[in-house]
Amino acid sequence: MDDKFPKKNILSTQIDLSKFEPATDDEKRQQDVMSESTTFFKDGMRRLMKNPLAVLSIIILGIILLTIVFAPMFVPYDYDEMIKVNGKKDKSCNNLAPFTYSENEMAYMEKTGEKLFPHIFGTDELGRDYFVRVIYGTRISLLVGVFASIIVLIIGMLYGSISGYFGGKVDLIMMRIVDIIYSLPDMLIIILLSVVLNQIITFKPGSLLSELGTNMISIFIVFGMLYWVSMARLIRGQILSIKENEYILAARSIGAKPGRIIGKHILPNCLSVIIISTALQVPSAIFTESYLSFIGLGVKAPMPSLGSLANAARNGLEFYPYKLIFPAIVICLIVLSLNLLGDGLRDAFDPKLKR
Amino acid sequence: MFRYIIKRVLLAILTVFIICTITFFTMHAVPGGPFNREKALSEATIQALNERYHLDEPLLTQFGLYMKGLLQGDFGVSLKNGREISNIIGESFPISAKLGLMAMGLALLLGTVFGSVAALKRNKFIDRVIVFLSTLFTAVPSFILATLLLYIFCNKLGWFPVWSVDKPSYVLPVIALSAYPMAYVTRLSKTSMLDALSQDYIRTAKAKGVSKWLIIFKHALRNSLIPVITYAGPQIAYIITGSMVIETIFTVGGIGSKFVTAINDRDYPLIMATTVFLATIMVIANLICDLLYKAVDPRIKYE
Repeated sequence: MDDKFPKKNILSTQIDLSKFEPATDDEKRQQDVMSESTTFFKDGMRRLMKNPLAVLSIIILGIILLTIVFAPMFVPYDYDEMIKVNGKKDKSCNNLAPFTYSENEMAYMEKTGEKLFPHIFGTDELGRDYFVRVIYGTRISLLVGVFASIIVLIIGMLYGSISGYFGGKVDLIMMRIVDIIYSLPDMLIIILLSVVLNQIITFKPGSLLSELGTNMISIFIVFGMLYWVSMARLIRGQILSIKENEYILAARSIGAKPGRIIGKHILPNCLSVIIISTALQVPSAIFTESYLSFIGLGVKAPMPSLGSLANAARNGLEFYPYKLIFPAIVICLIVLSLNLLGDGLRDAFDPKLKR
Repeated sequence: MFRYIIKRVLLAILTVFIICTITFFTMHAVPGGPFNREKALSEATIQALNERYHLDEPLLTQFGLYMKGLLQGDFGVSLKNGREISNIIGESFPISAKLGLMAMGLALLLGTVFGSVAALKRNKFIDRVIVFLSTLFTAVPSFILATLLLYIFCNKLGWFPVWSVDKPSYVLPVIALSAYPMAYVTRLSKTSMLDALSQDYIRTAKAKGVSKWLIIFKHALRNSLIPVITYAGPQIAYIITGSMVIETIFTVGGIGSKFVTAINDRDYPLIMATTVFLATIMVIANLICDLLYKAVDPRIKYE
């Protein structure tokens, strides 16, 4: 035993100096082994990325988004433009099959040696490039879906949070109203209002609204009026449980105003639920729009939407089935991937479903 | 229970009343009366027509008269062909009802079967196939499916005849109409079957030596059907609205296609009448489902 310090008596008060030496770098590093802290969002995203279906849907949606944003820049045709060859309208290029050229176009290409842009999806019965029309249709359908969901989100959030936060009589009356609206048959009311608003509303020609047509506006109005109820119910339920937390009591006891408590303390806590149900609202809005377009209450011609393209394709389905197939595939892909993404988000972010 | 029923019935009546009000006032917000034609009518004729249809009365009186008419089953007259609307509904609704009931029966039956099979064979091949197909079919709009079915089986293969009045062929329309609800019911009943199978009473039954099939049918399936009932109510609304498109595509002369024609013709009394009629059916169906739901599941408390 060649210890630096002599062996000490058990009762001795002599200090063991080695315990007071400064820690070496090695020892300091041992204290830093804690893993990086994760936020709720990061944690959810990590789980989402592990879900192959959700990742696939994100990729598909990404491809569709990139296509509808950038493809019109490369394709030299417009959605309402009948194809012209050499500055003259080409009568022979109606109803071309995908990747074919009309006689006039072939003659033109042979004469000048210049390569014309191919009609990737062919052309429609008025000689318009179908690829561009499908792209514009997708733009409109997605726009309607997202915009309608945002309207629903805003109204539902305001209504639900007020009703949930104040509770009592206010809640009772507000929820009875919701009950009644909830039991109205939405599709019938949409059709009814579309029919009527069509006659009433007019827009200045040339503005974006008049180009979309009154039907789109009535779809937005109706979504704003009817579809917010389930969102409001959802948010109310969330708020009812969140507002029992101590930090809400603390905030209230230091005199925070209800608006601040709702905005700062309650809504951020039910953000994941809100995002998920908004994500699931988009495909249902797209469905509704395509359905209305199909019975002739959709966007105003010549503006296409996926539903109106599918409807127009019914005439002459015998000969040009691809005209139905393309918009149909796009609708299905969008709705399917949004549904799967929404499911994935719910699994990833809803703590109650954590396995 | 009794109080709950009364409350629900009153709410349903209120809803129907609100629907009638909305329909009436939106339809009367349309500029121009029903007799604005290209050919100008004489003053006297207009006056006579106004008097006949009470168009010169104040709006509220007209509303009162309209509601009175509705209660007596008088929906007014179609602008397009001057027929009694109650006759039009009377002859077209049975076709739609038949179509809708068959589609719904098919959807509920096959949906629960597929869902239960998927739950019992969890993570096996057949489960994956069912899940894949049901996810796919919830993303296909009914009008696209209907058009494709018509194109493939009617025009190309000729397996089924095109709809005609004397030889109605229900097969394709029913399939097209039931695809979406079937997919949904499949998903729903799979989840609820899995839920039911993990309950303690199933384990108890197993421990007591009850046979596998008795457990599935008597204990698991019966309890897994409860969420399906809740879905059946809104599904009726889907089937009714969905049948508008399906009937138009397959040229079935039901109330749905009449509604679409009325929209395209701007035949306001007919639009009004069909809306009120269909909405009432939806509200009643929802009411029945709600009451049924409470009746089959004693665990649910009445508010």
